[in-house]
Amino acid sequence: MTSSQTSSARSIVSGRYPAGQLAFPHRDLLGIAQLERHEILYLLESAEQWVDLNRQSAKHSDALAGLTVINAFFENSTRTLLSFEIAGKRLGADVVNMHAAQSSVKKGETLIDTAITLNAMRADAIVIRHGSSGAVDLIASKVDCPVLNAGDGQHEHPTQALLDALALRNALRQRGETGEDFTGMTVTICGDILHSRVARSNILCLQALGASVRLCAPPALMPAGVEAIGAEPFTDFDAALSGSDVVMMLRLQTERMEGQFIPSAREYHHLYGLTKDRLESAAPDALVMHPGPMNRGVEIDSDVADMLDRSIITAQVEMGVAIRMAALDILTRRRRKVAGWEDEA
Amino acid sequence: MSASLTINNAKLLTATGIETGGLRAENGVITDIGDVAKADGAIDAKGQLLAPGLIDFGVFAIDKPAFHFGGITRAALMPDQSPILDYPARVNYIAKSGKPDLWVHPLAAATAGLSGRELAEIALMRDAGARGVATGRQWIADSGTMLRLLQYAAMLDLVVVSHAEDSGIAGDAVATAGEMATRLGLPSAPSEAESLAIARDIALAEMTGARLHLRQVTTAAGLQLVREAKSRGVNVTAGVTPAHFMLSDLATAEFRTFARLSPPLRSEADRQAVIAAIGEGVIDVIASGHDPRGPEDKRLPFADAEAGMAGAETLLAMSLTLVRDKVLAMEELFQLLAGNPAKLLGVNAGVLAVGAEADLAVIDPEKPWVVDSRKMAATAGNTPFDGGPTQGRVTALYKGGKAIAS
Repeated sequence: MTSSQTSSARSIVSGRYPAGQLAFPHRDLLGIAQLERHEILYLLESAEQWVDLNRQSAKHSDALAGLTVINAFFENSTRTLLSFEIAGKRLGADVVNMHAAQSSVKKGETLIDTAITLNAMRADAIVIRHGSSGAVDLIASKVDCPVLNAGDGQHEHPTQALLDALALRNALRQRGETGEDFTGMTVTICGDILHSRVARSNILCLQALGASVRLCAPPALMPAGVEAIGAEPFTDFDAALSGSDVVMMLRLQTERMEGQFIPSAREYHHLYGLTKDRLESAAPDALVMHPGPMNRGVEIDSDVADMLDRSIITAQVEMGVAIRMAALDILTRRRRKVAGWEDEA
Repeated sequence: MSASLTINNAKLLTATGIETGGLRAENGVITDIGDVAKADGAIDAKGQLLAPGLIDFGVFAIDKPAFHFGGITRAALMPDQSPILDYPARVNYIAKSGKPDLWVHPLAAATAGLSGRELAEIALMRDAGARGVATGRQWIADSGTMLRLLQYAAMLDLVVVSHAEDSGIAGDAVATAGEMATRLGLPSAPSEAESLAIARDIALAEMTGARLHLRQVTTAAGLQLVREAKSRGVNVTAGVTPAHFMLSDLATAEFRTFARLSPPLRSEADRQAVIAAIGEGVIDVIASGHDPRGPEDKRLPFADAEAGMAGAETLLAMSLTLVRDKVLAMEELFQLLAGNPAKLLGVNAGVLAVGAEADLAVIDPEKPWVVDSRKMAATAGNTPFDGGPTQGRVTALYKGGKAIAS
């Protein structure tokens, strides 16, 4: 066992979390819905050491040396794929990217057969993005290594919600706030909620960490029954912003829209674009977030996206690598026989 | 020499109630009911229920082992076959395909290729053996086409079987809009997609006097429209499958594709409305919607999987819960499972009456068993009731007075 392996398991304050794998008793990371609050906090805390490492000039650990991580992306992605690839490489794993969008899937191979093929290649972790909700759960049920959901349809994108939570918590700490969660805060998520897996994972994650979540979208882009999930729906952006401590903007996922949902981008900006003026209706010093990619001038103006004291959009990207390193580290501990993590999860 | 069948010591399920006694059939037709004299070779039903064989209205596959397991002696086949039943010769072939021990009544495609545009050769298909016309798995979006179809079918006195789901609202939805679909991130449509379609179809049926059968009515709003239309005297009937009175959209949790159905499973409130409607007689038919689908259609992400369930084997057992829950009396249930479907199809069966076809099921309504998708008689085990304990089994089955080997 290398020193970095033991240090990664030891870096968490002892006694704060259940011992060993009880701190995170899951084989896979499929969604926030499966996680308890303390498991989310454990992941966030585990990511802190990787934030530190990533800020050094030698950004390398041997924690996953010898392990193979396959990034199987059945849907095009640049940012998330790059983030997972960097995370795996910084942990010393052999990372292989499979761009399934242009591979055997096009030749008619079923998803299950692709999963069985990946499994036969003895991956130690598989990161999957797929255009259909539930596809990652399905693959996870057919392979015997840890599976990380990098986004499935309109269902979940758990690492995005976790990195958002980490970025937000760090921004709050830089302002001198010491809370470990977001109790008492109000977060407004505005944009194409209907088609957004980021919104679904964030609703669950932010609520688990104590925040009140408001959702703002035109009716055609608001899913049914969000009140039952504990979120408060708005169609009026200014009303939603009033008293919000955090504003999370989402882009319009035009590639998922069948039929016309809004008249035009210009009209959308008129009603739902985050401008400097609009941001005034939010709480003083409200923070601005965006999971990217941004459409500047549509859902967010450049002068808001680039506000140094308010926008934490680039911090979100930075935290993404750390969160994915933490997830890869934790989920492979059983394979690496880290003390306390040897048993079947 | 005439073929005869005598069954004694049974609880006879007649249209008016259960009476103890026996039944005799000659040449495939019921000749005596009630106090039947002892005959050589008479069968002792040992006090079990003797009911008409089930008539399964609107199945998607001819799956004889599954039908016989479920006590089904006749099935009305939907036109969504390969090739589509939009041509007289295909209808003629299908009408003969199950005989002698399963009679298949083809429902002709309402439009050529089920495209929803040009009317198919309905009169020729009627004369080739079609017992109704059906819009298939989808509704006819063009109201002008639907109007002409209903006018034409009214003239031919054929029932029109409609799938009531507005395609403009339903789009590519695979779930009913609500908390469950939102949590799972599934493409969903509001349940009004059904009531909107029903409202149009009822308006056109009222205008043309056609016999309209809505194969599945699954929402409170849709059922209310049917209730009101019936009270106005519109010639409309409604059906449902056990899935929509046994399950709500909670059954789709964990992306279970066996619960991917068309129309999709609804809210718990709609499920309760279906049960209430069955109790007050708004629903006329309970059918299996039998649609066996193998892993190539079902072992997929939810939205990519095909809709449908293998329902023939569980139709009777699930329907019997309505009797146990006192929603219906046993004889009322068999109106929904056999009597009413026979009337819609215009066949002389579905009841225990002198002169009717001797299609008979001996049933132990209490016999417990467990639904197991791996051990189904059907060609595929895609049942949303997998793993569930249930009660009620067919212990002997007769088609036209002849025993069917189990």
